[in-house]
Amino acid sequence: MKDSILKIECNQKIAPDVYKMVLVGDVSAVDKPGQFIDIKLDGFYLRRPISVCDCEDGKLTVIYKTVGEGTEKMSTLSQGETLDVLVGLGNGYDTSKSGESPLLIGGGVGIPPLYFLCKRLISEGKKVSVILGFNKKEEIFLEDEFRKLTPRVYVTTADGSEGIRGFVTDAMKGLEYTYFYTCGPMPMFRAINRTATGSGQFSFEERMGCGFGACMGCSCKTVGGYKRICKDGPVLQREEILWEEI
Amino acid sequence: MGRDLKNDRAPDISAELCGIRLDNPVIPASGTFGFGYEFSELYDINILGSFSFKGTTKEKRFGNPTPRIAECAEGMINAVGLQNPGVEDVLLHEIPKLKEVFKKPVMANISGFSVDEYAYTCQRLDAEEQIGWFEVNISCPNVHGGGMSFGTDPSAAAKVTSAVRKVTGKPVIVKLSPNVTDITEIAKACEAAGADGISLVNTLLGMRIDLKTKKPVIANRMGGFSGPAIKPVALRMVYQVYDAVKIPVVGMGGIRSAEDVLEFMMAGASAVEVGAANLVDPYACKKIIESLPGVMEKYNIKSLSEIVGIAHG
Repeated sequence: MKDSILKIECNQKIAPDVYKMVLVGDVSAVDKPGQFIDIKLDGFYLRRPISVCDCEDGKLTVIYKTVGEGTEKMSTLSQGETLDVLVGLGNGYDTSKSGESPLLIGGGVGIPPLYFLCKRLISEGKKVSVILGFNKKEEIFLEDEFRKLTPRVYVTTADGSEGIRGFVTDAMKGLEYTYFYTCGPMPMFRAINRTATGSGQFSFEERMGCGFGACMGCSCKTVGGYKRICKDGPVLQREEILWEEI
Repeated sequence: MGRDLKNDRAPDISAELCGIRLDNPVIPASGTFGFGYEFSELYDINILGSFSFKGTTKEKRFGNPTPRIAECAEGMINAVGLQNPGVEDVLLHEIPKLKEVFKKPVMANISGFSVDEYAYTCQRLDAEEQIGWFEVNISCPNVHGGGMSFGTDPSAAAKVTSAVRKVTGKPVIVKLSPNVTDITEIAKACEAAGADGISLVNTLLGMRIDLKTKKPVIANRMGGFSGPAIKPVALRMVYQVYDAVKIPVVGMGGIRSAEDVLEFMMAGASAVEVGAANLVDPYACKKIIESLPGVMEKYNIKSLSEIVGIAHG
């Protein structure tokens, strides 16, 4: 973890209520996909934890949805403004377990961290498949970027307005994969847990106090005892999750 | 040139708490600093006056369901609920790790659900040489049947204090709740029961409601409100308690700057604790300590000991 002052290179809307922000500066503390940053915003007491969508050459990209006053404020920030950011938080995804052909499954604003993961897995020579789940066509983002990385991209929409009609689990049927990585809403996690074969990793979201393991604000129970989503997570292994608790 | 060495000397930022000297009065508050080692990855925590470790109970506790955190204007609400691994695990795993990163006397924060549990936890920890003080938390707003229920009744507060007093020779500092009508009554009861110091304030009971779900943000509905927003309330109570007791007072509540430290010491605090600020800025205590001499010079304060309680009378 590092406390960095980062400059906003761009901050633009890419889908309804969804924004992409590129930050420039010392982002060297990010060493794994699936990690997050914690942003201090003027006028707000607590920081905003946002997952890293990409991190390369001193540039860090986040994609976030405006869900409250903090993210609304974030969406109004302009190019050139600076932010106080804690960089490189959380355990991130472990790519060493992926096998030859991992499957990435993202739902809505859970998709961004999978982009960085996809790049990393491909650079490690893996044959990656990706399922991107949205509610409807207008909400789709990052599809083109994923298609530039791998030909095996499957889009689902709940209303059928684009790609496969239904949920990410409908796209999983018939796919073969050695391991899976996922990020998205809790109902999607439960559905994936019912559908998926083999092992995988889930990236969780929780309201946080600090973001770096000090306050115990985001604790959860796991098979191996209590874990902090911010420090011991946000990525948990399928086998350690107490499914009856979530 | 006849330089006046006395006037050129850097301001004295040392403090004293119950007979133990502190390099400075800044103590991270319990529950915001774990057992120290997360922060030692960021800076050498030996620059601190001391720190109060995570509230420890007899048995292991998971605490409350999530969400446990809500934000407010200039503050936050938490309902962690004394999550901790229990005193045996603290002795076996946490204190050895703490000792590797922190070499000064540490404050052991303890809590319980009965008078016996407080005494038991204190007794189990008492042999640890590095523990300089016990901070007895009778003011946690986030647990039922314990915690704050001891801190809102003078006779219950006195019972806990004297039970802990009997099992340790180390200074016993009782941490009080602001959620009472007259805090001086509780402070006096603790002093009479043998407390060596009083620390205050714990968090104020508060809540927030989510307009979208129309339900409380926090799963436990209510929680402890802390941060700069509560500072005037905390400061007022430190001022009142300083007047009411003869034992030292540790002040806390919304401290985030060296200026805040001076303000609390002027109200009567011998040392201060910094809580929520650590969660927003992990370097908060380091920054406060480093800026203390400069801010003292600005207000022409040569030594912190000269300002403790100076706002009175």
